[in-house]
Amino acid sequence: MTDRTATAPRPLAVDRAHAVRRIKRRMRVPLKHVLLIACALTMLYPVLWMVVSSLRPNSEIFRNAGLDLTHLQVENYTNGWNAYSEPFSHYMINSVIVVIGAIIGNLFSCSMAAYAFARLEFRAKRVWFATMLVTIMLPIHVIIVPQYVLFSELDWVNTFLPLIVPKFLATDAFFIFLMVQFIRGIPRELDEAAWIDGAGHARIFFNIILPLMVPALATTAIFTFIWTWNDFYSQLIYLTDPDMYTTPLALRAFVDQQTETDWGSAFAMSVVSLVPVFLVFLAGQRFLLRGIATTGGK
Amino acid sequence: MSSINELRRLPGSQRGARQQNKAAFLFLLPWFVGLFGITIGPMLASLYLSFTDYNLLQPPRLSGLDNWTRMLHDERLHKSLGVTFSYVFVSVPLQLALALGLALLLDKGVRGLPFYRSVFYLPSLIGGSVAIAVLWRTMFGTTGLVNEALGLFGIQGQGWISEPGTALSTLVVLNVWTFGSPMVIFLAGLRQIPTSLYEAASVDGATRLRQFRSITLPLLTPIIFFNLVLQIIHAFQTFTQAFVVSGGTGGPADSTLFYSLYLYQRGFGHFDMGYASALAWLLLLIVGLFTAVNFWASKYWVFYDD
Repeated sequence: MTDRTATAPRPLAVDRAHAVRRIKRRMRVPLKHVLLIACALTMLYPVLWMVVSSLRPNSEIFRNAGLDLTHLQVENYTNGWNAYSEPFSHYMINSVIVVIGAIIGNLFSCSMAAYAFARLEFRAKRVWFATMLVTIMLPIHVIIVPQYVLFSELDWVNTFLPLIVPKFLATDAFFIFLMVQFIRGIPRELDEAAWIDGAGHARIFFNIILPLMVPALATTAIFTFIWTWNDFYSQLIYLTDPDMYTTPLALRAFVDQQTETDWGSAFAMSVVSLVPVFLVFLAGQRFLLRGIATTGGK
Repeated sequence: MSSINELRRLPGSQRGARQQNKAAFLFLLPWFVGLFGITIGPMLASLYLSFTDYNLLQPPRLSGLDNWTRMLHDERLHKSLGVTFSYVFVSVPLQLALALGLALLLDKGVRGLPFYRSVFYLPSLIGGSVAIAVLWRTMFGTTGLVNEALGLFGIQGQGWISEPGTALSTLVVLNVWTFGSPMVIFLAGLRQIPTSLYEAASVDGATRLRQFRSITLPLLTPIIFFNLVLQIIHAFQTFTQAFVVSGGTGGPADSTLFYSLYLYQRGFGHFDMGYASALAWLLLLIVGLFTAVNFWASKYWVFYDD
C-alpha cells in the first residue's frame, strides 16, 4: 500500500523490528491470559460471593467481602425454603409448568412457521417474512395493556394460560427466524426426493425436516427454558395470586415484604432459583452458542 | 432454481402452486392467529385506547388528545425519559466496547477459549433475573460487597443504591456485566474474516494496529451495527433490574424510574390504561425512530462487502 521504495532499502531495521516483534509476541500470550483470568474472576466474583454468602450467618454477609467460609450456616436454605406460605418447591413447580408449556408451544408453532418460510412458495411471502422480522424487535410493553384486557376478559388472569398460549401462536418470532436459517442449510434434494416419491408437505415436514433440525429445536428449547424461567415482567402482570407465583415472583415478594430482610435466606433461594439455569446452560451451551452466533439472540 | 419449481411447471403444476399456497397457510396458521390476535390486534387496540380514558372497570371513554397533551406536563414521564436515555446512551456503548475488546482478545485461538467464552457468556443469561437483581441490591448497599472491597483500598464507600446520584450507575454496571451475548456474536463475526487478508497485510508491513483499523474494524461494522440495534432496543425495555433494585418504586427520587417501569406503574399500579397505552405508543415511536436513524446512519459507516 505505502510506497515500497521507502521501505525496501532497510534490511537491518527490518531485522531488528522482527526481533522486537518476536519478544513482544512471546510476552503477549501470558499477558493475554492474565488479563482474561482477571476479567473472568471479576465477572464471576459477585456470583461466587452470593453462593458463599448464602451459607453464612446474616451478621457476616455484610462484613465479609471474601470467599472464606468460617461459620457454615445451612439453615439459610431450610429457612428460605419454608419462608413463604408454601414451600419454595411449590413456586418452582409453577415455574416448571410455565416453562414446559412455553417450550412445547415454541417448538410446535415456530417449527411449522419456519418450514413455510424456508420451503414453501406462497403469496406475499416477502411481506410476511418482513413482518415476522419486525415483530422480533417489537417491545412487549406496546401490546401488554390490550393483551391484559383481552386475557382478563377471557378470565385467564391468575392462570398460566397468558404465559403459555401465546407460545403456541409463535409470538416468539426470534425462534422462527432461527429455524428458518437452519432449514435453509438442509439440502433441498432430500425434500425433492420425498416429493417425487409422493410425500406431501406434512410428511416432508415430519419425516425429513423435523428430524434433521433437532439442533435448532434444542437451541429453541434451551433458550425458551432460560428466558421463561427468568421472565419477570409478564409473570408479574398476569400472576397476582400468591398461590400462582412462579420462582422469580416468590423471590421478589420475599425480598420486598419483610422490613428486616433475612438476606442469608434470600441469597439461598436466589442460588436455588439460578441452579436450573446453570444446569441447562452447562448441558446445552453447545447449542446456545451456536444459536446465538448464527442469529444473534438477546 | 431447484427441481421442485421445475416439477411445478409440469402439466398439472397449477395445482401444485395452489397446493403450496394452501399448505403454507396451514403451516402458518398458528403464527397468523398470533400475529393478528395477540400482536397486531392489541397494537391497534392500544392505539385506540391511547385516545380514551380507561380504568378496566368502566368501558373506555373517548378523551381525544388528553392523554397525549398530558405527556407534555408529566414531570415523572420526563424524568423517566431522562433516566432511560442516559442508561441507553451510557450502558450500550460501554457494553459493546467491552464485548468487542474481549472478543478480540479471545480471537485467534487462545488456549481455553471454550472456558473463557462460557464464563463471559453466563452473566448475559442470568443478568435479567430477579436473583441477580437481589444480589445487586445487596452488593451496592451501604454495607455491601462493593464498599467492603473499596474499604480494602482505604476508600470510603457510600450507599450506591440509596443515593439518587449513583443508583442508575449500578444498573449501568449490571448491563455492562452482560456483555457476553454481543461478545459471542463478535467472535462469530471475527471468524468470518479471511486470514489471507491479515497475511497479505503483514507482508505489506502493516502493524497490528493498522491491521485492526483497516481490516478488522471495517469488516466487523455489519456485526457492530447488528449488535448496536439489538442492544439499544433491548436497553430501552429494561424493567426487572430497576423494579427489584428499587422495590418497584423507581427510587430513590425517581433516579431509576425506567420508562417501562413508569408505564407499569401507570397501567398496572393505577389502572390508568388509556394513559399507559399512550405511553406504550410513545415508546414504540421512540424505539422505531432510533432504529430508523440507526439504519439510515449505517449507510455512512457500515461496510458491506458486496
